Amino acid sequence: MHKLLKLFLLILGIYVLLKLPGLLFGLPVPSSLILLYLFFAAIVTILVMTTSDASANELFSPIIALLEEPARVRQRNTIFVILPLFAALITYLAVRPDSEGVVGFRSVHPAPPAVIEAYGQTYDLGTLENPLRSLESSEPERFRSYVKEGGDIYFQNCFFCHGAKLDGRGHYAHALTPRPLTFQGSDTISQLQESYVFWRVVKGGPGLPKQAGPWASSMPAWEGILNEEEVWKVILFIYDYTGNKPRQWSH
Amino acid sequence: MGNRLDLSHHINSRSRAGLGIFFCPGVAVPLLLLLSILFLQVIPAHAFSAETQVAQVSSTVESGAVKAVEGVEVKDKASELIKSYKAGKSKRLKKGPPAPALEAKDYPVVEGVSPRVTVWLAAQMHLWFAAFVLAVPIFVLILEVIGMVTGDSRYDRTAYEFIRVSITAYSITAITGGLLLLSLVVFYPALMGYLSSVFGSTMLGYGLLFFIESITLYIYYYGWGIMNDGGGLKRLHLFVGLLLNMSGTALMFIANAWVTFMMSPAGVDKMGAFQGGVFAAINNHLWSPMNLHRFVANIAYGGSIVGAYAAYQYLSSKSQASRAHYDWMGYTASLIAIGALLPIPFAGYWLTAEIYSYSQQMGITLMGGVFGWLFIIQAVLIGALFLAANYYLWCGMGRAEGGNRYTGYIKYIAIVLVLSFLVWFTPHNIVLTASETSALGGQYHPWLKALGLMPAKNTAVNIMVIFTYISFLLYRRSGKASTVPWASTATAVEVGLFGAAILNIIFLGVYYGYYTDNVYKVVSSIPQVMTTLTVILLSLCIEWLIFRRAERAGGFTWGRMPDRSQYALVLIAVSFTWLMGLMGFVRSAIRQNWHVYSIMKDNSPEAYTPSIAYAARVVSFGTIVFMALIIFIFWLSSLGKGEENKV
Repeated sequence: MHKLLKLFLLILGIYVLLKLPGLLFGLPVPSSLILLYLFFAAIVTILVMTTSDASANELFSPIIALLEEPARVRQRNTIFVILPLFAALITYLAVRPDSEGVVGFRSVHPAPPAVIEAYGQTYDLGTLENPLRSLESSEPERFRSYVKEGGDIYFQNCFFCHGAKLDGRGHYAHALTPRPLTFQGSDTISQLQESYVFWRVVKGGPGLPKQAGPWASSMPAWEGILNEEEVWKVILFIYDYTGNKPRQWSH
Repeated sequence: MGNRLDLSHHINSRSRAGLGIFFCPGVAVPLLLLLSILFLQVIPAHAFSAETQVAQVSSTVESGAVKAVEGVEVKDKASELIKSYKAGKSKRLKKGPPAPALEAKDYPVVEGVSPRVTVWLAAQMHLWFAAFVLAVPIFVLILEVIGMVTGDSRYDRTAYEFIRVSITAYSITAITGGLLLLSLVVFYPALMGYLSSVFGSTMLGYGLLFFIESITLYIYYYGWGIMNDGGGLKRLHLFVGLLLNMSGTALMFIANAWVTFMMSPAGVDKMGAFQGGVFAAINNHLWSPMNLHRFVANIAYGGSIVGAYAAYQYLSSKSQASRAHYDWMGYTASLIAIGALLPIPFAGYWLTAEIYSYSQQMGITLMGGVFGWLFIIQAVLIGALFLAANYYLWCGMGRAEGGNRYTGYIKYIAIVLVLSFLVWFTPHNIVLTASETSALGGQYHPWLKALGLMPAKNTAVNIMVIFTYISFLLYRRSGKASTVPWASTATAVEVGLFGAAILNIIFLGVYYGYYTDNVYKVVSSIPQVMTTLTVILLSLCIEWLIFRRAERAGGFTWGRMPDRSQYALVLIAVSFTWLMGLMGFVRSAIRQNWHVYSIMKDNSPEAYTPSIAYAARVVSFGTIVFMALIIFIFWLSSLGKGEENKV
């Protein structure tokens, strides 16, 4: 098989492979990633195929022949017509008006402010810690009771959106865009300090910085509904239930 | 004296310049800098004298406008500070004034000139050139020592050619440094006044070191031929080179102290008043990681620029001898660049971890917030660097007759590299269309999200480093044939070591990254790096044992590289330049609206974070200008070479 054909088939094969999760499981690999993956796969394949002159000549010889051989004038002219049309089609598909909307640059965990004002006082998020966390080692029974209270608060307030399993699949979740965040897994709340979670609960979507799109969040600001102690308790619960530990830099 | 390089004709022609060298930019600008710093010491005495500072703070306190940290009323603290400052002054303590609370009117305006872009481009241009001229003498000195010890004149000749390229760049470094200082003084006098109130003594030291660096550089360069006697004078020459490197590195460390102080201030109180210990301000939280990161990265960058120079000369060479020389030079430079590139991801990770540990806000802004998107570009550029480096090594196998024995492995190395890159640049927070967001039910892909976390990326980068080393190892082997009977056994041991190391790296990344307490995510990166370094060192030892008495399998025929391999060298230099510009912007911009984080607020009209697109345009423009200047320098260097050849 000719190298150029191999290259084409390889790229096509990778493209199909990347499209499969979307077609079979409804979990599409994002188009931005597909573009990057294909670009790098193509580049590396071309590099491997051009490490020696002989190999490079073999790869490019059909293209050079098409461009230079007088006998191939008809093929050449056909390609010269098709290529710009193909480019025009891709451009059209990329820029045509549709209902898709613009691509979102939404950061789920944007940078927090240095300090926040809530409950009539100022919290420095750089140094703020969950005041109940230390009980985990000093008074385990009391700690467990706070976790349980946090669970009650969660099921009275949060589970409608974040779900009974804390997986972001509550009753209302499917009506929301973007959907509520799951707390399961090792890549969400375990990445964050408790002070960060405190800020997100207390200030909600409206408290997000502009670059994080405060308009693209359904999270209410719980400041006027839960008191400070209740917020800390519910934070204890979501970490405990999901088996995660809050991020701590002092370790 | 087989290795003696005859440069006497060159020295003679240069010596006509006589004292003229003291009027070239490399010396004149340090003098200007010294004078400017002295001038700067005067500014605070008038514009920012203690009385003015106190008056300013007092007035703003009265109006309730002083905020130490966003949203925090600090009236009481400010009043206390003013009292203590006055008390301190009366007792002649060496405490400084608090950081001034600035307003828009405190920033001078020059019609039609953007202060931010001016300072940004001047700083970036200065950093690019400075990185180059600080790095080149380091490996020039090493090459000179190798040349002296081995008696191979190629090292000496190449070292001299490296330093000749950097000498023109040195003048431009000094000029851009002067431009940076002047633009800072013109547009941000209050900030400079405050910084000089903390770092005044180090600024004077900086000027002095700059002077020493200039003098030693000129002695090192112009004395190359005349001191090349292979004996005492040569040793003296090496000593001058050592002094040059020490002063250059010290300069960088001092400048790093100023920059990192602006990110993680130390040695001052909450209002920014200097507490009297300058070393506390220097040794702030980010100083050491920044020193290490910049030191290693500068060497890689210097190597890449010299590699681009060799590629330029290789492509324009008309004789086979010249192609052979520049092929060897390009190989040596790329070896330096690639060798220094390997530890950079780890040094960068340490710096980033320390930024997170200092400030959650800065850390998340850096990689999880608004600048997280730039890290996708960063990942792609680093991928390009590794690919170009590997491609150059793969092409290099064509230099040796025995290269065919190993070219079959290239595709397997490539497959591993591609898979690692895919992990390396898969973001946690993905750019999604609305329909993709809807289908995935959020911003994360349920299967790919694990690849977006640092444990996956650390695992990928360690494997990339190991396989890049394997490319190098196969390249080295392509020109040799072992004579020891146990070579195949030793090779099998090496393969076993690599296999064990990769399994260990994957285990550390997966287990500690995803199945244990979060704190191990960061910590597990250390044994991963140690595994990589250990296996590379062990392999080097085994290779040395196998091939120390090896016969050459045809050896390397220099000058037999395809032209496209030279473009890989150019790509490495351009990628490095662009990467430094982008990441330099991000590092500086995570302070957001603070001149000095949490202490001195930026209240200038341009105190907002520019869009990513705008920042990318400014950095790209700077990259193009820098590369144009570098090509100009290459051209100038080739002019000097022509003159040498004629003589």
